[in-house]
Amino acid sequence: MSEKMTAEKLYEMLKKIQEPRGFYFNKDMSITIPLLESLLINKDEYGYMACPCRLPNGDFDKDRDIVCPCEYRDPDLEEFGTCYCGLYVTEEYNQEEHGEVAIPERRPPEKILV
Amino acid sequence: MSIECTLYALSTCIHCRRMKVFLEDHDVAFDNIFVDKLRGDERKEILDKIRNYNPKLSFPTLVVKGGECIIVGFHKDKVEEALNL
Repeated sequence: MSEKMTAEKLYEMLKKIQEPRGFYFNKDMSITIPLLESLLINKDEYGYMACPCRLPNGDFDKDRDIVCPCEYRDPDLEEFGTCYCGLYVTEEYNQEEHGEVAIPERRPPEKILV
Repeated sequence: MSIECTLYALSTCIHCRRMKVFLEDHDVAFDNIFVDKLRGDERKEILDKIRNYNPKLSFPTLVVKGGECIIVGFHKDKVEEALNL
């Protein structure tokens, strides 16, 4: 890649793909931008964009379920209007104001290998 | 000031970051452990410890006063209540 990827560029790139499918970025940019920055940190660290709010095993095949957009995003959006980390939300969720939101973890703990 | 809490967190997680800032802003004395920065045996030991408090192994996990209260996820109201903030 010739030009360095930034959170802002990633935002624009993914928005085009995800929004038409009904997955919106959280309008609270104090959440969205740091999460996108963290995805880029994880890309550097592990080679793939592991969910910033989960503990990666560091092996793509063993973290497949938490590569963003994670396997748990769609059911979480359906049930809570937001994904676990808060990056993706529904259109309706963005129409309301939200304080601190903490939804339950759906990833089975057995997926964390030690 | 003696340590009141241990915060098990991920360095990349926004909810963990917010919890950390909240504790700092309220002058809470706490140990902060970034679990994603740990490797090998050290990570295993810490995960075994967290599992006792929070079997879901999710973050942030805040252990208040040696386990008197466990707060999973950044729930500001629960933290305020547990620490009388």
